[in-house]
Amino acid sequence: MSAFTAFIKKEFLGLFRSGKAVILLLISVLFGIMNPAIAKLTPWMMESMADSMAETGLVVTAVEVDAMTSWTQFYKNAPMALIVFLLMFAGILTSEYQSGTLIGMVTKGISRWKILAAKKIMVLIVWTVFFWLMYGITFGYNQYFWDQSKIEHPLFAAGCFYILGVWLVSLIFLSSVLARTNTAVLGMTGGVFLISYLLGMYHGISKYLPTELLGVTNVLTKSAEIKDYQASLIVITFLILIQTIAAVTGFNKKAL
Amino acid sequence: MDTLTVSHVKKSFGSQEIIRDLSFRVPEHSVFGFIGENGAGKTTTMKMILGLLRMDGGEILVEGEAVCYGQTRTNRYVGYLPDVPEYYGFMTPREYLRLCAEVSGITRKEADKRADELLEMVGLTKADKRIHGFSRGMKQRLGIAQALLGKPKLLICDEPTSALDPLGRKEILDILSAVRESTTVLFSTHILSDVERICDQIALLHHGEIALQGTMDDIHAMHKGAGFEIEFHRKEDLEAFSGYFSGGVPAGNMQLDFPDCDRRDMLRALHTLAERDIPIQRIEQKEPSLEALFMEVIGK
Repeated sequence: MSAFTAFIKKEFLGLFRSGKAVILLLISVLFGIMNPAIAKLTPWMMESMADSMAETGLVVTAVEVDAMTSWTQFYKNAPMALIVFLLMFAGILTSEYQSGTLIGMVTKGISRWKILAAKKIMVLIVWTVFFWLMYGITFGYNQYFWDQSKIEHPLFAAGCFYILGVWLVSLIFLSSVLARTNTAVLGMTGGVFLISYLLGMYHGISKYLPTELLGVTNVLTKSAEIKDYQASLIVITFLILIQTIAAVTGFNKKAL
Repeated sequence: MDTLTVSHVKKSFGSQEIIRDLSFRVPEHSVFGFIGENGAGKTTTMKMILGLLRMDGGEILVEGEAVCYGQTRTNRYVGYLPDVPEYYGFMTPREYLRLCAEVSGITRKEADKRADELLEMVGLTKADKRIHGFSRGMKQRLGIAQALLGKPKLLICDEPTSALDPLGRKEILDILSAVRESTTVLFSTHILSDVERICDQIALLHHGEIALQGTMDDIHAMHKGAGFEIEFHRKEDLEAFSGYFSGGVPAGNMQLDFPDCDRRDMLRALHTLAERDIPIQRIEQKEPSLEALFMEVIGK
């Protein structure tokens, strides 16, 4: 077990010393504050532009904003935050292949699955903190500014997006076992995501696809129900498991 | 007892056959020089011993245990210094050694003690900064420290001296000959003088097979001298000497080469110089080059 904990410690040390931890923290806080801030500023911006718009014939009536405006912003911005997150960790294995640093570890006798597990657990811990901090900040401001009682199942919706992130992290790891370069890893991960997204246009299968979870905001306004996402959640859990097993098996055979 | 046995190993990359039929044994407590030109398959062989590359055929035993690709249990007996060792640049040498120790299951207390000893031995005690600022030589020395951390039965060094300046080379060779007491060293190189300095056994890899193997003495007995050369101060001295001693080939203005002469001939030349009172700039016994040895062995 000590080889595993030592490797996790090394991963976190790298995270902090490379400055990634601070950058991710800043991004998370920034994205968290941005959503209620935009919602809060919208009426004020509209008002300040009202005069010039009136000249062009547009009449601005009082703009109503509430917690839902802020949550809509949240689910518009969260994919961007997720992309930034994935970009930062796309080289989690490939950068070590390039430099050859893993050879030093493997020849010291650490089991390969421990390397993969340590790295994945580190990335998932960071994703958990990153995402829920962003969510928590938005939630806190929303609670302070508006009445959130009409928002249905906010935690379920956030959980779905969180799991989508876990799925993409698993894809990054599987791609890193199959490919050698950062670009290839991003290409594969993006490719799979895009395929799922495009297949979503066929109504028959769309409810089984992982990318269907992007539309989970509908739950917040009651235009969809939790059970509409059940199939998608089962599929995504299954995919995460399969991808993890495939990554471990593949990594055992990979030339480093 | 042999620390390492390689028998009938084969390896191809695509259609290119790198290792054809490789067999050799490394006895305990020897310093084994593994020679071959660039691309001969030295690194490939070492990676197969470490279980980092799959063999197409044959068997490798470390301390009597078979090496298995991917799951490398045998690596607990082995310390490895890659040709270009790479580390996590954000760590200090001490932190890196501690990581290595924990990964290989050495207790914390033992690890700290070993790290101190090894950093002292390789002269990095004062280098308490992050590794990414290290020079090539410092990285190489840290590489030896990490390779020796687990008190390996077998230390594998892949061209440890090739990229270093003369001082760095000397330091590495000194360290390697110092550790022979406690471990067996397998070390690959294409620098023959390094081999002559520290190895007691060598194997020469050519066309994917061992072309020559034996103790240093055997090898010395096998190859002819590479001759010697004399450099003079003045042209007149050169001409005078040529008159007394035949077989010299002029090389440049002030220099004579004696390519086919052995050590005895050189002593004769020295004798002549002293007898005739001819001053010289220098006289040098030429190292038999790897090529020369190669040519002899493979009969070209």
